[in-house]
Amino acid sequence: MSKGTLFDKVWDLHTVGTLPSGETQLFIGLHLIHEVTSPQAFAMLRDRQLKVLFPQRTVATVDHIVPTENQARPFVDVLAEEMMQALEKSCAEHKIRFYNIGSGNQGIVHVIAPEQGLTQPGMTIACGDSHTSTHGAFGAIAFGIGTSQVRDVLASQTLALSKLKVRRIEINGQLPPGVYAKDVTLHVIRQLGVKGGVGYAYEYAGTTIEAMSMEERMTVCNMSIEGGARCGYVNPDQVTFDYLKDRDFAPKGENWDKAIAWWQQIRSDADAVYDDVVTFDAADIPPTVTWGITPGQGIGVDEVIPKPENLPPSDQAIASEAYRYMEFTPGTPIEGTKVDVCFIGSCTNGRLTDLREAAKFAQGRKVAAGVKAFVVPGSERVKQAAEAEGLDQIFREAGFEWREAGCSMCLAMNPDKLQGNQISASSSNRNFKGRQGSSTGRTLLMSPAMVVAAAVNGKVADVRKLIEA
Amino acid sequence: MSKIHKVSGRGIPLVGGDIDTDRIIPARFLRCVTFDGLGQQVFADDRQQLNGNHPFDLPQYQGANILVVNENFGCGSSREHAPQAIAKWGIQAIVGESFAEIFLGNCVAIGVPCVTATPEAVTQLQQLLQQNSQVEIIMDLGSLKVHGGDLTIDVNMNEGSRQSFINGSWDNCGQLIANSDQIGATAAKLPYLQWDNSAIA
Ligand code: SF4
Repeated sequence: MSKGTLFDKVWDLHTVGTLPSGETQLFIGLHLIHEVTSPQAFAMLRDRQLKVLFPQRTVATVDHIVPTENQARPFVDVLAEEMMQALEKSCAEHKIRFYNIGSGNQGIVHVIAPEQGLTQPGMTIACGDSHTSTHGAFGAIAFGIGTSQVRDVLASQTLALSKLKVRRIEINGQLPPGVYAKDVTLHVIRQLGVKGGVGYAYEYAGTTIEAMSMEERMTVCNMSIEGGARCGYVNPDQVTFDYLKDRDFAPKGENWDKAIAWWQQIRSDADAVYDDVVTFDAADIPPTVTWGITPGQGIGVDEVIPKPENLPPSDQAIASEAYRYMEFTPGTPIEGTKVDVCFIGSCTNGRLTDLREAAKFAQGRKVAAGVKAFVVPGSERVKQAAEAEGLDQIFREAGFEWREAGCSMCLAMNPDKLQGNQISASSSNRNFKGRQGSSTGRTLLMSPAMVVAAAVNGKVADVRKLIEA
Repeated sequence: MSKIHKVSGRGIPLVGGDIDTDRIIPARFLRCVTFDGLGQQVFADDRQQLNGNHPFDLPQYQGANILVVNENFGCGSSREHAPQAIAKWGIQAIVGESFAEIFLGNCVAIGVPCVTATPEAVTQLQQLLQQNSQVEIIMDLGSLKVHGGDLTIDVNMNEGSRQSFINGSWDNCGQLIANSDQIGATAAKLPYLQWDNSAIA
């Protein structure tokens, strides 16, 4: 059993008590809500005549259903409009802070909370969305929850949970050129499997992680869930503090000094005990692309789609399903696979530094003929900051569309969707069958820089060749 | 709150690993403010592709209430729409090799017990249901066994969840709210709530 880790310390501090089921009742420091998983939860509150216990610790925004082109209200999609109104009404009724479209603060929930300084080290955070693990980048323990649990948090600011085990994932060394945080997380999932993390919290550590910016750490923590782990985190350090300083909700004045002292204390102890430790060498990580229908089906961009006989027996059934669905032949190189759509955005890779890095490669190049390429900033603030730097111009000149903030083509709840069996090169996090809006659509996950490489080549390409060029 | 000690009825086998929540309920059906209509849309894309041959469409499995699945069932998003859609179709309990964590928690929260068994046992049960769709299946949370015809398999469940089904306390909400004094006491200890400046102005 783990001892002395950040996870243990935060867990203990937030423990309200033990429930008759044996589960822990855990206090939730910050509750983030959005339009998809909350309406039914508010309805459940109404049925039971309950109130929101800590409305000041609840923050709402709208992201999944938001159109990224025409945002005029009412939305063209009447179902989306209905969800929007339900959220507006619930927030007004329960006095919950709501960052609506046009507020300047709207965006993907996992982008806006960090950028406003709402997400802080040592907190427990819950949101009715599995990528809540993103917030762990700050040394918070952040869980994705279902709608009944959203109800529980609204009504009691607590959750019933069983304690997780802690696995330390240590990554050391310098990432080679063209290799990004996204490749790190795809590589970890490739190696440990999509259910390797079930029952665990992942603590990411080592010199590679320490050298990462907060945005890169968020990319890594974001996809913990694709590896089966309910949450992932990085111990807070100077990079964390520098990021948080002066953000809207960061502590100010003498509270800032108190906060730093406390944040230092909650770091995992040097002699902390882990349930498991896994190490990786940054030098071994290639620019990674998924070829199949689970995020674990990743390969280096210069590798071939694995042959069944080269896979462990337990992976063969899902591999044959993937060959069929993707219409790929085992043994062929992934590089050179023709793509139809290129998408840069999502809570994995829709932040300012992601767009900056992508723009570097887009500058002076052109999207290949016949390819639809578009960039969707993760939040209104990201959009504004990117435009202030002229990134929108770079993308537009290269032939990318520049959109409004939202989840967009990460999933199919808004007008951005694949058609038929189109192939997308996507900076998002899930390549499940049908994920991007067509039941036969195909998704290749990769870093934003690799998406640009695919866009300008019209096919999967090795971004390292653009660096050399 | 109802006690769930046993679930009996007919089974429906759904073969395949890593069946994710986007397959269970495709995202476009999440554009809703109630869960009511989800039963018809469960596995919509898979069913459309199999053109009537998906177990959820086969006539012999209509009315089944115990789903039998393989490994890592329910991986992907936290959408409770996934277990809700399965439950609204008529499923009351699930037997599988393994479940994704959030999915499992969501099932407990809505009163759908999920038990795990070895891959061999699950396969035997699925084969039984493929051969004889009408056989009576009994999931017994007391003895942690699933019976079907001559077949009996051992199953597992987290002990806390098992107790909560048996004694009818699986809906946590009431218990959570009841501890309001301790909730306040825990909040009072949290440094970041002292320097909190998030109050709505
Ligand atoms: S960007 Fe994608 S993964 Fe992230 S919250 Fe939106 S839909 Fe979910």
